[in-house]
Amino acid sequence: MTLRQIQELYRQKKATPSEIAETFLRHIQQREPKIHAFAWFDAGQVREQAKELEKAGPSGGRPLWGIPVLVKDNICVRGTPTTCASKILSGFRPPYDATVVERLKKAGAILLGMANMDEFAFGSSCEHSCYGPTRNPWDVSRVPGGSSGGSAAAVAARMAPAALGSDTGGSIRQPASFCGVVGLKPTYGRISRYGLIAFASSLDQIGPITRTVEDAALLAQVMAGRDPRDSTCADLPVPDYAQSLQQPIHGLRLGFPKEYVSEGVDPQVRKAIEEALNLFRKLGATVREVSLPHTEYAVPTYYIVATAEASSNLARFDGVRFGHRAKSGSGSQTLQEMYTRSREEGFGPEAKRRITLGTFVLSSGYYDAYYAQALKVRTLIQQDFNRAFEQVDCLVTPTAPTPPFRLGEKLEDPLTMYLSDILTISINLAGVPALSLPCGFTPSGLPVGMQLIAKPFAEELLFRAGQAYQGATDWHQREPKL
Amino acid sequence: MAISPKDVETLARLARIQLSDEELRRFAGQLDEILSYVEKLKAAKTEGIPPTSHVLPLSNVFREDKLQPSLPTDEVLANAPLREGPFFKVPRVIDPTG
Repeated sequence: MTLRQIQELYRQKKATPSEIAETFLRHIQQREPKIHAFAWFDAGQVREQAKELEKAGPSGGRPLWGIPVLVKDNICVRGTPTTCASKILSGFRPPYDATVVERLKKAGAILLGMANMDEFAFGSSCEHSCYGPTRNPWDVSRVPGGSSGGSAAAVAARMAPAALGSDTGGSIRQPASFCGVVGLKPTYGRISRYGLIAFASSLDQIGPITRTVEDAALLAQVMAGRDPRDSTCADLPVPDYAQSLQQPIHGLRLGFPKEYVSEGVDPQVRKAIEEALNLFRKLGATVREVSLPHTEYAVPTYYIVATAEASSNLARFDGVRFGHRAKSGSGSQTLQEMYTRSREEGFGPEAKRRITLGTFVLSSGYYDAYYAQALKVRTLIQQDFNRAFEQVDCLVTPTAPTPPFRLGEKLEDPLTMYLSDILTISINLAGVPALSLPCGFTPSGLPVGMQLIAKPFAEELLFRAGQAYQGATDWHQREPKL
Repeated sequence: MAISPKDVETLARLARIQLSDEELRRFAGQLDEILSYVEKLKAAKTEGIPPTSHVLPLSNVFREDKLQPSLPTDEVLANAPLREGPFFKVPRVIDPTG
């Protein structure tokens, strides 16, 4: 069921929030043992929320009344364990709601639980989690992508009709692509980050993961807009997304960046994108080749900027105010020992690796060669996009260079893992919005995703193009056999 | 450049993380590989290009300096590994013998 379908059932009084909640609870009970998409879950609380909503009734102004939504484990929900899938935050129950959670609750959503992820969103496979890996519903020997792997896998397996993810370098779009669902990385500043546990503050954005573009627009509508508690959240009006969905794409100018078909892109992925472009032409859009010449620098720039910011953001996990603290051994422990040992025990290997790398690029003697240079290249990458958007309205690329890979395949080779984000991370560096949606399957039945990119705050265009594509295809209606 | 386990140890000390000998060795190799890949950034022509630390053209976002309720102290302190009254408790900071 999509969000629109659930809303239609409510409108016709053919279902109650409790009945809808039971449907998803049943799916969770059947499928979760195979998929492992949840970091935390309490069926009792789900039922309670549904009952309370029923009591209050479907009053006006609650656009998500009775809609179940799963939340990624790095977005604070008051009183609910929120741990970033890390031992260092074990037992943490936030004393406040993230702005997006507050807005979902106010809109009448039912919170289904917390979704598994790569620890602190460091990863592209959902294998770096203290709860163990999530599996891809289309092939459980493969990864769901990451870091929002639990969110995407739960939506694909019909355990949740919608989920929240966060995207720093592709963490919403790549798992959406791997799981055959829709994922939106909004413009930097479109949605408040208040209550999102920070990874890289200049890149992080929260966004929806759903089965249809229409549903993604519905969630974005509720979450977007100014928040005085996040000074980087833009003070700009939020357009009516439902209205933009209805507009035809005749005359829309699409661009295909030639750098995004490097030899690293799987031929099956390339074929699916070519077919999608043909379909867009049939729907009345024009397609031309464009160039984003600094694309080759995106991965190195990203892994400098993101790890530098992460090493600084993760300094707050020190065993003092929340989470894990190392037990003192025999004799008394100094404050210094308490810090270093709590962090040793609390962080997993990828977090330690990134903190170390971030510390390196910021350390005196290396700062100019690495961090300062990366910030300048970031400007060049942003200028590439500005220039492309003078020629076209929207860019079309694959979301990930390959279909989902196998569990364990890249775990011990961090660089290869980082390269699986090659088509998504420029978008975060430039701060522009991008939408991933299913655009085909490989002969062995693995999903392939397409990425649409627009200029800052032009999410409407993404919804319009995505909706037109989904209106003419049925990839998003396929269901994994579970 | 070559990163040695000794270099990783220095970085770990700066970042306040204890790493095992095995981790020091493994990370040295992996960081070395990542940094050699990152080296290619040096080829980018950046003379006269301003740095971007932030993508939005924002500066000095102000709000009114108004009294607002703070987080509930008890809920905040409930997360502390160790507390004493309304305080977070940590090991002794100043060595009385030193």
